[in-house]
Amino acid sequence: MATEHSRTAARLMVSPAVILLFLWMIVPLGMTIYFSFLRYNLLMPGMESWTGFDNYYYFLVQPAFGAALLNTLLLVGGVLLITVVGGILLALLLDQPFKGQGIVRVMVIAPFFVMPTVSALVWKNMFMNPVNGMFAHLAKTLGLQPFDFLSQAPLASIILIVAWSWLPFATLILLTALQSLDREQMEAAEMDGASWMNRFIYLTLPHLTRSITVVVLIQTIFLLSVFAEILVTTNGGPGTASTNLPYLVYQQSLLNYDVGGGSAGGIVAVILANIVAFFLMRMIGKNLES
Amino acid sequence: MARKSSSLKTSVVTVAAWTIGFLIFFPILWIIILSFKTEGDAIKAPLEVLTSGWTLHSYAEVQERSNYALHFWNSVVLSVGSTLLALVIAVPAAWAMAFVPGKRTKDLLMWMLSTKMMPAVGVLVPMYLLFRDLGLLDSRAGLTVVLTLINLPIVIWMLYTYFKEIPGEILEAARMDGATLRSEILYILTPMAVPGIASTMLLNIILAWNEAFWTLQLTTKAAAPLTQFIASYSSPEGLFYAKLSAASTMAIAPILILGWFSQKQLVRGLTFGAVK
Repeated sequence: MATEHSRTAARLMVSPAVILLFLWMIVPLGMTIYFSFLRYNLLMPGMESWTGFDNYYYFLVQPAFGAALLNTLLLVGGVLLITVVGGILLALLLDQPFKGQGIVRVMVIAPFFVMPTVSALVWKNMFMNPVNGMFAHLAKTLGLQPFDFLSQAPLASIILIVAWSWLPFATLILLTALQSLDREQMEAAEMDGASWMNRFIYLTLPHLTRSITVVVLIQTIFLLSVFAEILVTTNGGPGTASTNLPYLVYQQSLLNYDVGGGSAGGIVAVILANIVAFFLMRMIGKNLES
Repeated sequence: MARKSSSLKTSVVTVAAWTIGFLIFFPILWIIILSFKTEGDAIKAPLEVLTSGWTLHSYAEVQERSNYALHFWNSVVLSVGSTLLALVIAVPAAWAMAFVPGKRTKDLLMWMLSTKMMPAVGVLVPMYLLFRDLGLLDSRAGLTVVLTLINLPIVIWMLYTYFKEIPGEILEAARMDGATLRSEILYILTPMAVPGIASTMLLNIILAWNEAFWTLQLTTKAAAPLTQFIASYSSPEGLFYAKLSAASTMAIAPILILGWFSQKQLVRGLTFGAVK
């Protein structure tokens, strides 16, 4: 139906967005790739020289890299486990009819809107602080020794903070998916004497599979880049106990001025994220066809 | 018998849901409570905190000591500015792809989305150096552009899914009645597209307001939005719980309110239309 005239107009309307996104993708990324092959330190300007794959070699063999990679995986995996399992349970609960559904829903969603620096600092000071935090006060009331969360279990504490921010997201999406479940089919299964467990495994869970996959993939994209929460709570420490890949790159490039090494790390992070992105894109693409 | 067990079930569900909802919300509630306490009271045991007096002192103190209003204003300018800029670029693009789809429209959409998958840390170094060399570090203009670019794919996608739902038959009917392209856009499409544009705007303001990678890396003081300002509390001197709470309450309140209005759009926007 579209005429030649409207096609030309359409192309003109799309082009600013395409050009901008293309530049945004290609210019900085190209520079990162270029820097990653240079010996380039901000403290020694004018001394840049070509080094081939040296930066990658040194970035990958440093002990901090192995630790950061493991921490990144633990952080992503831990938060996913808590939010997906918690999200399914919460969505099932909130899907039941009860008084004040609207208010409870609003309370459950709220943490998602709290900016990362606020949630991290509030948890760090008001709850996990070993002297004045709420958990310390509770421990003292119960006659227990207060626990110093962020120095004894830094990564686990950060996982808890990040999971608190993302649980609402998983819950909200799974709840939306639950509400489109075929009620009649469910009732028929109940009439036929299917137990709660069987209904959950054979009806509810298959219905949720797609949304769970979407939750996992989208959260992974964001969780691979967790930064603010680490910066304001532990600074990656003690040692490298809570350093993830983004934080390691930040440390190397902006704190140690090693532009070459930091860039190589950035490219490693891009490759890692692309593996996840590949699967996410395929899912969304399939959806676009239907 | 059946009725009795179902009413029992309802009360169990009610109690469980309210308890869990309250626990999840509690940290936010606690910040709000602490923001109305003195610094001395704010670090006491929970029960003593609740029974101590209330004051607005911390709110005044935060503004006095740190020029809070400037950072709040920066957050407003950055989030609203980058959202409007993104809309100006995205509305025509999404419009064209939804109403004049070509053979490659789908590939184009997927490619746009793929730019969102690039982790920020992959371009941190060149962006930092570019900003430094162009004198854009700690400037609102530079950061607005970055925030626009990182959210542009989401904005285009959301608008596209909304525009796609506008029935094409209406346009054909209008054309039959002799409507010109201009009046078609002005009187038929625009009124139908406004709700979608509004929800896209809402979600994008929320995302930009809470963005905490580029705002932390590229600003220090003059252009620092609330994310960066709050981060400065991570190495405090002296008593600061009440002040941190007051600053935090003011930083999250506007977004909490906007967020409650945009629950539905949140699902659609953040899943790129994969879950509705």
